[in-house]
Amino acid sequence: MSKIIACIDGSIYTHSVVDHAAWAAERLTASVELLQVLGRGDIPAADLSGSISADAQQKLLNELARLDEERAKLIQQRARMVMDDARLRISATATGAVSTVLRNGDLLETLSEREASADLVVIGKRGEAADFATAHLGSNLERVVRASRRPVLVASRAYATIDKALVAFDGGSSILKAVDALSRSQLMSGIDIHLVCVGKDIPEMRRRLEGAVAQLHAGGHKAQFRFADGVPDKAIAGIVDAERMNLLVMGAYGHSRIRNLLIGSTTTEMIRSCKVPVLLFR
Amino acid sequence: MFTPSASKLQAEWLGNIRGDLLAGLVVALALIPEAIAFSIIAGVDPKVGLYASFSIAVVTAIVGGRPGMISAATAATAVLMVTLVKQHGLDYLLAATVLAGVLQVAAGFLRLGRVMRFVSKSVMTGFVNALAILIFMAQLPELIGVTWLTYAMVAAGLAIIYGFPLLSRAVPSPLVCIIALTIAATTMGLDVRTVGDMGELPSTWPTFFVPDVPFNVDTLLIILPYSAAVAAVGLLESLMTAQIVDDLTDTTSDKNRECVGQGVANFVTGFMGGMAGCAMIGQSVINVKSGGRGRLSCFVAGIFLLLLIVLLGPWVVRIPMPALVAVMIMVSIGTFSWVSLANLKTHPRSSSIVMLATVAGVLFTHNLAIGVGLGVLLSGIFFAWKIAQLFEVGSELSDDGTARTYRIRGQLFFASADDFTAAFDFKEVLQKVVIDVTDAHIWDISSVAALDMVVLKFRREGADVDIVGLNAASETIVDKLAMHDKPGALDKLLAH
Repeated sequence: MSKIIACIDGSIYTHSVVDHAAWAAERLTASVELLQVLGRGDIPAADLSGSISADAQQKLLNELARLDEERAKLIQQRARMVMDDARLRISATATGAVSTVLRNGDLLETLSEREASADLVVIGKRGEAADFATAHLGSNLERVVRASRRPVLVASRAYATIDKALVAFDGGSSILKAVDALSRSQLMSGIDIHLVCVGKDIPEMRRRLEGAVAQLHAGGHKAQFRFADGVPDKAIAGIVDAERMNLLVMGAYGHSRIRNLLIGSTTTEMIRSCKVPVLLFR
Repeated sequence: MFTPSASKLQAEWLGNIRGDLLAGLVVALALIPEAIAFSIIAGVDPKVGLYASFSIAVVTAIVGGRPGMISAATAATAVLMVTLVKQHGLDYLLAATVLAGVLQVAAGFLRLGRVMRFVSKSVMTGFVNALAILIFMAQLPELIGVTWLTYAMVAAGLAIIYGFPLLSRAVPSPLVCIIALTIAATTMGLDVRTVGDMGELPSTWPTFFVPDVPFNVDTLLIILPYSAAVAAVGLLESLMTAQIVDDLTDTTSDKNRECVGQGVANFVTGFMGGMAGCAMIGQSVINVKSGGRGRLSCFVAGIFLLLLIVLLGPWVVRIPMPALVAVMIMVSIGTFSWVSLANLKTHPRSSSIVMLATVAGVLFTHNLAIGVGLGVLLSGIFFAWKIAQLFEVGSELSDDGTARTYRIRGQLFFASADDFTAAFDFKEVLQKVVIDVTDAHIWDISSVAALDMVVLKFRREGADVDIVGLNAASETIVDKLAMHDKPGALDKLLAH
């Protein structure tokens, strides 16, 4: 029995994450684990050492512990409401088993403990702490994708029926792995798969594309390939928009964090500019 | 506690007159070479050891707690006093002996005999092994840089000691060895060192005198470390020996009275010009096997010993040293627990480590007390480590997933407190946590602090915590020490 972990919090992406998880669960006949991690990161951690007197310290620490407790109780109540809501929503659409896991701690640590038994991780583009006005991605997304050893499905703002998928093909090892995984999976059954390679039509790349298409065909999928001109992220985003693709598949974060810091990441750019869910392979 | 009835006194002294007299004679003969040899180990005249053996044997026979046990000058105490004699002289040794006696009497009245229960079997084995090695090492100066003649005589002596019992067991073979080698050396005029070269022998009964030391704090500070070590080692070996005699004779003895008896014996001996001693494992076994059961055997052994020396003094000075070395090597071999070497393979590793650590501690410091202390400490730690494993935490989640019950079983104390804390999952989001300690035992403040910390951590994560089943014993501890319900709890825990 395969398992899908859906990472939820109180953000507006929660419903979408639940819907995408339900979609994947139906296709993979998988169970869904709704995972909510209550981080401590949002609690202001003031270092008061040295600035308060010895007697006051004891009183203050007591006060802080009591505040922690009350605050944690509130956060917990709210988390349970979010969880109940998500469970209701997924039970309405999914037929498989649903479990809920509520944990304290760091999302990344919790996920790395739990993903060993999972086949797919679903997460929203932004969490509740992210600033929507700037259209930046959530802080957890890249960390999760980099750390995860499983494919990650990044949910868009709202779920829409998926019938056409674009595979951003660069001939690299992660996308080859992705094609291999998809060809053997039921996730893509009945979906029109378009392999798009941004760049010149050179024989070597054509050979790889043909190989990938043949592999997908062998798995019983509809697949075709083409070449496109331009800068990768702009070109792909253009095709997704123009041809109403509703899923993007790509390899993720092939370069180091330092390189990304200096010249930016194609992956981040594409997740941000495409308004569709993205399936990432590492 | 030391006022036995007249009938008991009569039984202890006169219940076994013939056996006690014979065994006492055998023991006295066997004591002569050892008393001389132990004096030489300590670096004093043979008369110091001989007077000591006389005095200790007679006094412990009267006031000791274990009839049938032989006490005299011993190697275990002799090896402790070597440096004191070397640096400060005989009078300080006598003063240290008196002080050791005082300490032992105090130990007896404080009922420290029961402390023996903390000395495990492995520590005792390590103790006797270390003692055997120390005795052997003390013979090395007599064996290094000497002529082949010495080696030949030591070898001949050992051959007699181990071969003569095949012919006859009526006379102790060490005595035969000494007589034979003395005759051989005298008649053939062999050029080896003799007992006469080592110092003066007693020619009279001992007299009572006060050691010639200044009575001030400086003197006390010089002798106290030696006295403390002698007192500890003396009691340790005496109580071990008493245990062995208990087992051999299938009777019981008064261990605290034995402590006082050893103390009185050393106290008196110091004023008679003798060095400190204690019970002797080997001689006690010889005594019991020769038929000695009562107080009389030890008493007459002491009397015979001095009589023989005073009468045979001119002959004793001619005893060649190689003969004594052979006797000491026999004592060393007999003391060593050879079976413990084979047991290294089969016994639990922790026991073997305790035994070896005791031996190593003694050989490194030349102090039996420190080695035994190390062994006792290690066995305590190993025991705590083993008990800390008798501990488990199980848990179950409530049906609605909002409450978890932790069930703690086993022993909670400083060594298991870390495992205890690690057994809880603080990352699980819960509304209520129940910690059931019905089947656990909370022993000390470390575990109370750990329990407090667990409760605090859960509370900080927003869970209500209930502790159930604190049994009466644990509850009193927690009432005194638990802090999670009181002001300042977190601060105090963070301070640790």
